[in-house]
Amino acid sequence: MSDIAIRGVRKSYGRIETVHGLDLAFGAGEFVVILGPSGCGKSTLLRMIAGLESITAGEIAIGGRVVNRLEPRERGCAMVFQNYALYPHMTVAENIGYALKVAGVPKAERLRRIAEVGRSIGLDGLLDRRPAQLSGGQRQRVAMGRAIIREPKVFLFDEPLSNLDATLRVQMRIEIRRLHDRQGVTSVFVTHDQTEAMTLADRLVVLNAGRVEQVGTPEEVYHRPASRFVAGFVGSPPMNVVDATAAGPDTVTFGGLQLTVPPHGLERGARLAVGFRPEDAVPTAQAAPDGPVAAIDLVEDLGALRLLRGRLGGADVVVQTAAGTRHGRGPLPLQIAPSAIHLFDAETGLRLAPRAVRAAAA
Amino acid sequence: MQKRATFRNLWLASAFIAPQLLLVFVFFYWPTAQAAYWAVTLEPAFGGGNQFVGLENFRAVFADANYWASVGASLLFAVGCTAVAVGAALVLALFADRGLRGHRLYRFTFFLPYAVPAAAVGLTFRFIFSPDAGLLAGINHVVPGLWNPALDGNDAFVLVLLGQSWKMIGYNFVFLLAALQNLPRTTIEAAAMDGAGVLRRMWDLQVPLLTPTLFFLLMVNITDSFVDSFALIDVTTHGGPARATMLMVYKIYLDGFESKDYSLAAAQSMVLMALIIGLTVIQFRVVERRVHYR
Ligand SMILES: Nc1ncnc2c1ncn2[C@@H]1O[C@H](COP(=O)(O)OP(=O)(O)O)[C@@H](O)[C@H]1O
Ligand SMILES: [Mg+2]
Repeated sequence: MSDIAIRGVRKSYGRIETVHGLDLAFGAGEFVVILGPSGCGKSTLLRMIAGLESITAGEIAIGGRVVNRLEPRERGCAMVFQNYALYPHMTVAENIGYALKVAGVPKAERLRRIAEVGRSIGLDGLLDRRPAQLSGGQRQRVAMGRAIIREPKVFLFDEPLSNLDATLRVQMRIEIRRLHDRQGVTSVFVTHDQTEAMTLADRLVVLNAGRVEQVGTPEEVYHRPASRFVAGFVGSPPMNVVDATAAGPDTVTFGGLQLTVPPHGLERGARLAVGFRPEDAVPTAQAAPDGPVAAIDLVEDLGALRLLRGRLGGADVVVQTAAGTRHGRGPLPLQIAPSAIHLFDAETGLRLAPRAVRAAAA
Repeated sequence: MQKRATFRNLWLASAFIAPQLLLVFVFFYWPTAQAAYWAVTLEPAFGGGNQFVGLENFRAVFADANYWASVGASLLFAVGCTAVAVGAALVLALFADRGLRGHRLYRFTFFLPYAVPAAAVGLTFRFIFSPDAGLLAGINHVVPGLWNPALDGNDAFVLVLLGQSWKMIGYNFVFLLAALQNLPRTTIEAAAMDGAGVLRRMWDLQVPLLTPTLFFLLMVNITDSFVDSFALIDVTTHGGPARATMLMVYKIYLDGFESKDYSLAAAQSMVLMALIIGLTVIQFRVVERRVHYR
């Protein structure tokens, strides 16, 4: 179990820089999820920690030891790859036990530990098979077993669940989290799936185009997204974001409609983005004068809840209602509590913090 | 609807495939049939038509100790060349695979020797390995008489073996490098994470995963050493000294065109053909049965 420190880390391929100076610290025993869209540099960061990719600038320390110049095997990390990366010509047992064999562990001891790990990850009867004779889920377990048996100081996961079907993905997700709760090994888990990220993480790092957008607990990231990007990426469905203009210190307008927001000390005419979660927009029978009215054109019934999709102020929006409500297509007046509204700067995309105290004094 | 072109007009279709068929027939089936005919007949010493003699020619071939010596030399030559050419190419490819800049140029230059006709290879090697003027002449200054392929059978054998290997190394290298670069990168990386060093990864992963390619190259190299070594030997050693480099294919040529005994030569070429067909069948069987992981 080790902490990981990432200081000013950059990565360039040729002249193109893909990771632009990351500063992050992961505590010992923490489960950190790195979340971001495809191509934002998640794998690159993980592979730099693992030692599979050189570090262009900055340094990475694992357990207080700078590892920039160390070989992968000297860093004490185990990695699970998205495509499993099993050794196709070896049996399941040989796959799992390869690290021990390389380390020169005697055969009897090796077999004992392979059997033990095989049992713990539910591969009992399959140890003599080749990877080609396994299902996707079983292959993923072998990859897990191969990482577990080494008793590493750090687990690195590169989208390990992406190739599984939905049911299996949920099941493996739970198993990975249980494993972490049992063993408490520092884990860095990379994914583009925000549900995976929210459910697994002690702490979330949201990455966008090689830069950190936000670091925080899933709760913080969900309830106080640091930028318009995070707001639009986290949540299922994600937050609605509409371009707007400030009409006063606590009012914004968009598309001829008005919305009251908590006092932000807004300057009249400032350009903003207004965000609200689908579950925070409540359909009302009585529209407030100039209040928001969404034009609903699609209804998705998910059983436990219903999603009403449509347009508002020139943007696509989603409104989430309870099952059994009967709102259909057409204009839908909405009520949005000021406390549920998030404001972002139109230029920088950064979150604007409410200035409750100053506004009250004024 | 079928996507492939179909011809209603049988004549047109025939016209299209005729040139190819003609080539195959004239340069393959006809000579083969001719050889088969000669192999079971004898030409009377004083003219007249060929007489059918059954397996008599084969009996004569198999009773000849020189023939068996040429078989032995050919087998040794095949094993030696294949080991050197595939082994050296494997080592080169394994190291070239480790992030070499400009490997395209590399690949091109390595492949070139395969495009050089065997006779030209032979000529080059005759110069390089000439005991008094070649690059190796130096060792004769240090230890006089140590290297002389014109007199020493072993030296001559090594000379043609190196010539044949040199010609095949580039070919093997290109195939092996391509196969190596097609191996999934993460599999090799997983082994690095598992603690295996560079050499260990080569031995435990890359070489086993190359088995299909290696089997293919084994087949090509052995066949090539049986057949294509003719020009090389004709230019360098003429099968000598003292029959040391008398490979099967060269003996066929000498018996047929120097001694003018077509029947004996034809019988030998039938044996060589059977040998190569047999090898090919066996190796394809092995490749199909043993060498599939996916
Ligand atoms: N070996 C490489 N050479 C050049 N560019 C690369 C290489 N690997 C990744 N990249 C680029 O770096 C960026 C980040 O890639 P990656 O870390 O794989 O993204 P992610 O895992 O978040 O999808 C991408 O734009 C990708 O094209
Ligand atoms: Mg990736």
